[in-house]
Amino acid sequence: MEKAKNSLLYLDGVSVSFDGFKALRSLSMVIEPGEMRAIIGPNGAGKTTMMDVITGKTKPDEGDVYFAGNTDLTRMDEASIASLGIGRKFQKPTVFESHTVWDNIDLALAGVRKPFATLFHRTTKREIDRIDEILATIRLGDKRNWLAANLSHGQKQWLEIGMLLAQEPQLLLVDEPVAGMTDAETVQTAILLKEIAKTKSVIVVEHDMSFVRDLDVKVTVLHQGSVLSEGTLDAVSADPTVIEVYLGR
Amino acid sequence: MITAFIFRALDKKTWAVLIILLAVGIILPVLSIVTDPSSAFHVPTYLIALLGKYLCYALLALAVDLVWGYCGILSLGHAAFFALGGYAMGMYLMRQIGARGVYANPILPDFMVFLNWTELPWFWYGFNHFWFAMIMVLAVPGLLAFVFGWFAFRSRVTGVYLSIITQAMTYALLLAFFRNDMGFGGNNGLTDFKDILGFNIQAPETRGVLFFCSALALALGFLICRAVIASKFGKVLIAVRDAESRTRFIGYRVEGYKLVVFVLSAMMAGVAGALYVPQIGIINPGEFAPANSIEAVIWVAVGGRGTLIGPIVGALLVNFGKTWFTSGMLAEYWLFVLGALFIAVTLFLPKGVVGAILARTQKKPDESKAPPAVSPIQASQAAEEGA
Repeated sequence: MEKAKNSLLYLDGVSVSFDGFKALRSLSMVIEPGEMRAIIGPNGAGKTTMMDVITGKTKPDEGDVYFAGNTDLTRMDEASIASLGIGRKFQKPTVFESHTVWDNIDLALAGVRKPFATLFHRTTKREIDRIDEILATIRLGDKRNWLAANLSHGQKQWLEIGMLLAQEPQLLLVDEPVAGMTDAETVQTAILLKEIAKTKSVIVVEHDMSFVRDLDVKVTVLHQGSVLSEGTLDAVSADPTVIEVYLGR
Repeated sequence: MITAFIFRALDKKTWAVLIILLAVGIILPVLSIVTDPSSAFHVPTYLIALLGKYLCYALLALAVDLVWGYCGILSLGHAAFFALGGYAMGMYLMRQIGARGVYANPILPDFMVFLNWTELPWFWYGFNHFWFAMIMVLAVPGLLAFVFGWFAFRSRVTGVYLSIITQAMTYALLLAFFRNDMGFGGNNGLTDFKDILGFNIQAPETRGVLFFCSALALALGFLICRAVIASKFGKVLIAVRDAESRTRFIGYRVEGYKLVVFVLSAMMAGVAGALYVPQIGIINPGEFAPANSIEAVIWVAVGGRGTLIGPIVGALLVNFGKTWFTSGMLAEYWLFVLGALFIAVTLFLPKGVVGAILARTQKKPDESKAPPAVSPIQASQAAEEGA
């Protein structure tokens, strides 16, 4: 518990099984405030399940998950965890296709969440400025009135990152942000994420090794639902157990 | 707060719809009452009653569209809310009969005397007051929707499973209302109405006013739906429809939104039922039939779900078709026609009649101004190179 107090996210002995299949086996991990962490691992290593546990989609069979010291995430639902300051970007870009780019950001904007509050809500000047600011960051300012459905794949990924920023989270969970992106977009995305990591903690799940190298942060290797190795990319790349299960293949 | 909420909804299209509905609501009854039956402008009373019925159906369709077209909740049980609103009105109309019934009992409606009941059941108390009945028109469907939605949405029942349990709900009510012991007239329902607020329910003037009230209720329903959709709440509804779990991860408690919109929709359906009953002159358990709910869904699909004009147009079109078709010799084939219509609309007009017209009239931004195949980064790089 001592460790939990000073950390932003604290997972200890988390296990999840689906119909006998152990997706997570006693997974433990600590994310410090302001830290950016890359998570790698082969398919089925439990990366997505781990994100599901943190965001409240899946309840762990055992183990502790604490946010910002003493908030027990295992007792909360998705909406309250999101309001707490944990944002999630999915592997497949999921934006609201029949809303405009502007409305997508507006919906994600930190603030009113209750039904009757949104019913009578009027967008304030401050909110408009904030949306403009985010649109500039993700370079979609000129497409603010486009339906999200008409954006390209890369643009949707960026819009989703913009929605995450609008939520003003303390911790961002980002699942394969560069999947399907061009090389130029991948480099730009790494720059954007590093920019974000200056003020927020970020967990990035990624397969793309050159992207992880661009990020240049501490790496955690997952295998069969638990942590196999942790350290710099060079250190884990040199770890014989890692080479055996993942990098060597 | 409320006025800002309403004013935000009042764009040109909304004004146009409201004015058309109110104009029709005033002009037709006036033509029916003032003009001579031989005049070319005369509107016969039977037509007023028929069109009034269509307007009630249109309000029901609007209610279905609000939950289905905007929030993705395919309710196959909305006729239950419609019928409950109708029963609340029917109970008031029964109490209005008073001693003029066949058995001349000043308190008990005829069917209760027939069943040898000696006193009015507790749930009939208060229905001699019009205001009480009107509250019940909103409260009973609203309460049922609240209880049903509370359990269904909290348990995250969605999609086809939700549709099936809404269907089960209306079927259960159908069976319950068929029982004489329920105290709602059993199989025969409530009928033989005489007065409403002291006016003869058969009189052309009363029918004209009822027609106007139906048009007014539809206009108000449209305005409320428009205001809801134009608000941030409406944006959340569409977000839930398109990507429910994403909406949760942004921090919206989806079940709360579904519950609010479901209750609102049920109340609208209740009002539609309450206006339907005095114009039709009867309410019986047949109104709970699962087929009625499905028919309402077809109106919405034909007109165009996810637009607010669509369900109104759909309800009017399909019901004109039904009246025309079932009055001819092809009457027994109507259900086949309805089924074929639904399949055809699903296949060829997935956005309904109104959706297809909108897609044609609006210049296609999707095609002509198609997003360039370059990413924002490439575009900005190109811009930088150019500068």
